[in-house]
Amino acid sequence: MTFDLILRITTKLLMPFMLVFALYVHFHGDYGPGGGFQAGVIAAGMVILYAIVFGKRTALRAVPTGVANAMVPLGVFIYLVAGLPGLFGGRGFLDYSVYHENHAKAQEWGIIAIEIGVLVSVAGTMISMFYAFIARGR
Amino acid sequence: MIALITMTLLTLLAAITVAIIVQRSMFGVVILAGVYSFLMATVMLLLDAPDVAMTEASVGAGVSTVLLLSALHLCKPREMAPVGSVAIPLMVSLIIGAALIYGTPGLSKFGAENAAIHQHVAPYYLENSLRDMGVKNVVTTVLASYRAFDTLGEVTVVFAAGIGVMMLLRGAPRDPTPREDETDSDGGSGDETDADLAEREDDAAAGTTATTAAADTSTSSTGTTPPQSSGSP
Repeated sequence: MTFDLILRITTKLLMPFMLVFALYVHFHGDYGPGGGFQAGVIAAGMVILYAIVFGKRTALRAVPTGVANAMVPLGVFIYLVAGLPGLFGGRGFLDYSVYHENHAKAQEWGIIAIEIGVLVSVAGTMISMFYAFIARGR
Repeated sequence: MIALITMTLLTLLAAITVAIIVQRSMFGVVILAGVYSFLMATVMLLLDAPDVAMTEASVGAGVSTVLLLSALHLCKPREMAPVGSVAIPLMVSLIIGAALIYGTPGLSKFGAENAAIHQHVAPYYLENSLRDMGVKNVVTTVLASYRAFDTLGEVTVVFAAGIGVMMLLRGAPRDPTPREDETDSDGGSGDETDADLAEREDDAAAGTTATTAAADTSTSSTGTTPPQSSGSP
């Protein structure tokens, strides 16, 4: 495992930028293209790249299987919880107007809140699927 | 210029489709499918749909390729020869292909503004989303605000699909022989601690004994537990 020095260094250099790009895609989703789904896939891609280059054990130390598995239902839960303030605020499920007095701000916050749920669930699903595949490998 | 790029991309898509059909090596098929997804992402960009392009590039070309390669790792890398007669599949393919070609002239032009899909609710969203939501990206407002219920369903689908794949891959018990090999090959330390524990117990019970004897007694005393090979290194 010494011949892949360039691959390792490049991966190490790229990883923080991948994570920042995922967060950019997520939080910039109301201006530019992208959103929680794309951000989740990019974040999962970072973990998968790490696992491919540095090996299964190293990746499992960084992101254990349990964490990845827990993210899958956690995202759906975050989404549901983000919809509840509207319901208890007397507006209706997933109505964001209770988040802020300013309507546009409220929409922005609500959208980012539910997209966090999407991000967590999608990233968890992708990483868990990858882990499930490599756990069966020879 | 745009038309030329579009023609090149669509021709490349057709060429890659033919290559995927002809290709027998599964590895080649997976890589070609990734190339196909990247070309498709570029086509989406030409259709002014950067959100879809981003999804296609990251999911279709990125994660799907990795997952297909991982699946390939678990099975044989060559496509099997057809088992039965190819007459019925060929007929089904020909009929469906003919129906699709028959329907193609009825489609609106590539990227046309007055296509049927742009006539239904799309004009409403385009005109009112900025006023209703104050958020500039129409795709985001439709997905996360107008249609937040649908997106909740979508996340639930992702959740269910992920759980399903995980249960398929690791829920079912594998046949026991490779599992034992696996624990033997990488779980040396666990076996050693077991032997050490047994040795210490023996030491406490009958004073100091030769290590070989301790190993023997440990195997005999732990005869009920499955890993028979643990005592003798």
